[in-house]
Amino acid sequence: MRNRARIMIPLVAAGLLAAACSGGGATPTPPASQSQSQGAPAGANPDQLPRNETLYTTGTQWGPPPNFNPIREWDSAVGTKGLVYETLFHYDPNAAKLNGWLAESGSWTGDTTYEVKLRQGVKWSDGRPFTAKDVVFSFELGKMETIPYHHLWDWLKAVEAADDQTVTFTFAKANYQQWDFNLYTRSIVPEHIWKDRPEKEVLDGINENPVGTGAYTFLSKDQDRVVLQRRDDWWGKTALNMEPKPRYIVDIATPSNEVAMGMLLQKGLDLSNNFLPGVANLVKGNFGLTTFYNEPPFMLSANTAWLVPNTTKKPMDDPAFRKALASSVDVKKIVEGVYGNLVKAASPTGLLPQWDAYVDQGVVSSSGFAFDPAKAKKLLADAGYKDGDGDGYVENKDGSKIGLTLIVPSGWTDWMESARSISASAKAAGIQITPEFPDFNALVEQRAKGDFDLLINNERQLSNSPYTYYEYMFQLPVQKQQNTVNFARYQNEQAWALVQDLDQIKTDDAEGMKKVISQLQQIHLDDMPVIPLWYNGLWAQSSTSVWKNWPAAAGGAPKTGAVMWRNWLELGGFETLTQLQPAAS
Amino acid sequence: MRRYFSRKLLIYGLTFFVAVTVNWMIPRFMPGDPVASMVARANVNKPEAVEAMRAYYTGLFGLDQPLWQQYANFWGALLRGDFGVSIWLFPTPVSEVITRAVPYTLALIVPSVLLSWVVGNRFGAYAARRRLLDNTVLPVGYVLTAMPYMWLAVLLAWAFGVILGWFPVAGGYSFSMRPNWSVTFLLDLLHHWALPFLSLFLVALGGWAIGMRNMIIYELESDYSNYLAALGAPSRLIRRYAFRNAVLPQITGLALQLGVLVAGALVTEIVFAYPGLGSLILKAIQNKDFFLLQGTFLFIVLGVLIANFIIDIVYVVVDPRTRAGMAGAQA
Repeated sequence: MRNRARIMIPLVAAGLLAAACSGGGATPTPPASQSQSQGAPAGANPDQLPRNETLYTTGTQWGPPPNFNPIREWDSAVGTKGLVYETLFHYDPNAAKLNGWLAESGSWTGDTTYEVKLRQGVKWSDGRPFTAKDVVFSFELGKMETIPYHHLWDWLKAVEAADDQTVTFTFAKANYQQWDFNLYTRSIVPEHIWKDRPEKEVLDGINENPVGTGAYTFLSKDQDRVVLQRRDDWWGKTALNMEPKPRYIVDIATPSNEVAMGMLLQKGLDLSNNFLPGVANLVKGNFGLTTFYNEPPFMLSANTAWLVPNTTKKPMDDPAFRKALASSVDVKKIVEGVYGNLVKAASPTGLLPQWDAYVDQGVVSSSGFAFDPAKAKKLLADAGYKDGDGDGYVENKDGSKIGLTLIVPSGWTDWMESARSISASAKAAGIQITPEFPDFNALVEQRAKGDFDLLINNERQLSNSPYTYYEYMFQLPVQKQQNTVNFARYQNEQAWALVQDLDQIKTDDAEGMKKVISQLQQIHLDDMPVIPLWYNGLWAQSSTSVWKNWPAAAGGAPKTGAVMWRNWLELGGFETLTQLQPAAS
Repeated sequence: MRRYFSRKLLIYGLTFFVAVTVNWMIPRFMPGDPVASMVARANVNKPEAVEAMRAYYTGLFGLDQPLWQQYANFWGALLRGDFGVSIWLFPTPVSEVITRAVPYTLALIVPSVLLSWVVGNRFGAYAARRRLLDNTVLPVGYVLTAMPYMWLAVLLAWAFGVILGWFPVAGGYSFSMRPNWSVTFLLDLLHHWALPFLSLFLVALGGWAIGMRNMIIYELESDYSNYLAALGAPSRLIRRYAFRNAVLPQITGLALQLGVLVAGALVTEIVFAYPGLGSLILKAIQNKDFFLLQGTFLFIVLGVLIANFIIDIVYVVVDPRTRAGMAGAQA
């Protein structure tokens, strides 16, 4: 015992000393010998990535990278779609238009035929040429029942390759709005590698060595990261005249936002897509951090947070009650108090600022709502909800007590605070709401089964069309389990018919779209199936220590989003990478 | 001797069986349906497509079978060494997820447990009956041992990571590195390992030092010590005998403390974003990943049981009375 201890003590001391000696920063600058020669991508396989050529990102992946399968758009490793695999188009939310990507152009050649011209000279990372056959193959994968875009084949009739560069899509019914969404969402995979894969492999395969057309390939992966390396023979360099600046991208899985914050301050991270409360102070202080705006709301908007009432339950089945509830919520207090102005209060329609052009101001001014406790009280009284027993809360029309619960996932601290705030402001209007914080999975189950009174939800992101927004709100029929849309279980045949009409309008017919959307807004504001609260941000904190020219509202900076989230690289995230500049230059 | 070990093994076997059963049961009685949340994440909006995926995954994980059947399948698979496929990190096999994480966890736990025990005991023994040390070490020890692991971890990360910038605050090795056998890389591993190790080491150290100090004082006041002193033996010799006797309860203590230490290590890993089992378990719970949770717990249960068994053996070696007792029982 004594002897062993004697040996061990110096060992510990040596260990600690060695650890301390190698200290001095989380990201050691590489020795000069390690920097890579410019024109040798094949040999560029360093064990130590040069800091000035590497972009460190976080905020998308929370654990080990599970798979590299682009069909799994929701959980594949960061960059699988967007950096390694590519889509036919990208979508620019600022200009509201599709930009050709793997496709050079696309157009409706008839009411139900769409023709895509592909770019020439695009090569897969294994050197094989990319052709129209790959596009046909990728869309035909959707014929398999469990593939996420299987429903496309409800209205898509055939995909044919006219020649190597031309693909023709023939539709049974042309859903123009949804089609544009599919054009920039679906990854194109190589037929020569995927053709023999069975359905199970297509949906569930890890796809260990992905071969894509994109600007990057995976260099390595580990428990807490993936490392991507730029392809110097990427087709976009000549065809698009674009080049993503970082030679390496390391996406880090941070287990919590606090860790991400610590790493940002240590300058070990260049882009954090985490929600970091209090980042406003850091942006204003001298910490070398930037966000899109240097004043509230600091971030671009990514999605709308709604208060969703369960319209199958009393009294939420009464539009008058829902409207009173909408007027009772003090959103401003949440925006300022809970978020410190990191989010923006939503317009009554809840349409994201990028969709402002579609908001019918006439409808909003005649039927919109705002925080107004007096009006909420009046609406309640007019509809017959009275406080008969004098406890400060109104009762149902039959005199029974109203006691609603508002559920948000436990641990989502900003939403938990918001729920408390909603409860407090509803109290002023006489509505009793108790916040409850179940475990996330329990909440998902309650939500799916309709076993709740009120909840907060934001599961619809910015897209090419308000169609996706109204599909979320009005989709019918209501199933026993509502997994992704219409959690309110709101049934209105007319509204759903209008949403489908909207889908049938060509995406360049803005006036036609506005007409239908205006009617949808009227129904939304009259019936309040969901109550828009605030716009959640496209959380993006970037450090200027190594890379500069991050997107910003001011000056000539890029206006795209700085974001690595899944499905956002096609919405400007990739373009941001091409605009970066080394801070040293 | 054989009877002693066979009895021990029987107890360990029973413990293992119960622990594994509980470990199978707990996630299944938590609220929520893992397949529902997995499908919800897929963000498929057509109801028929959702149903197809749901049915497919429920069948894939065998969650459509009656509970008893799932339980039987579980044991069957376990004996074949098959832990199933992770739901959260679909489609990675659980065994692969764990194999990648375990080296980090072991590298933290084993040295911190052993070193804190050895150093703590030495230090406690040395401090006992030395007024100056006793007055300083004792309070520090109490403070350390009363400190929650993660709190000390947060303090260390904040002071040495964020403020001073001496140590990294996340990761098992630098994010600019790829694993290789160079000295730079090994030093980098050590650099990332230092703070999580230190926070585990310090908390445990306090406990062992206090325990040892108290034991030594007790032993120094016992009859054999006084007798030795009366015979004129040097105090160094007396202390050595006292130490040997005092160390026995500390060994038992180590066995009892193992579970707590492992739990502490898991929390510490989360604080430092250290890629071991800790954050895996947290995420497995949050995502209702039955299979990953079972796998990680099974690993921990096995680890603790094996460690306890080793301590049992060590006990036989260091304490002659155990051996004598066993011989007596056999006679």
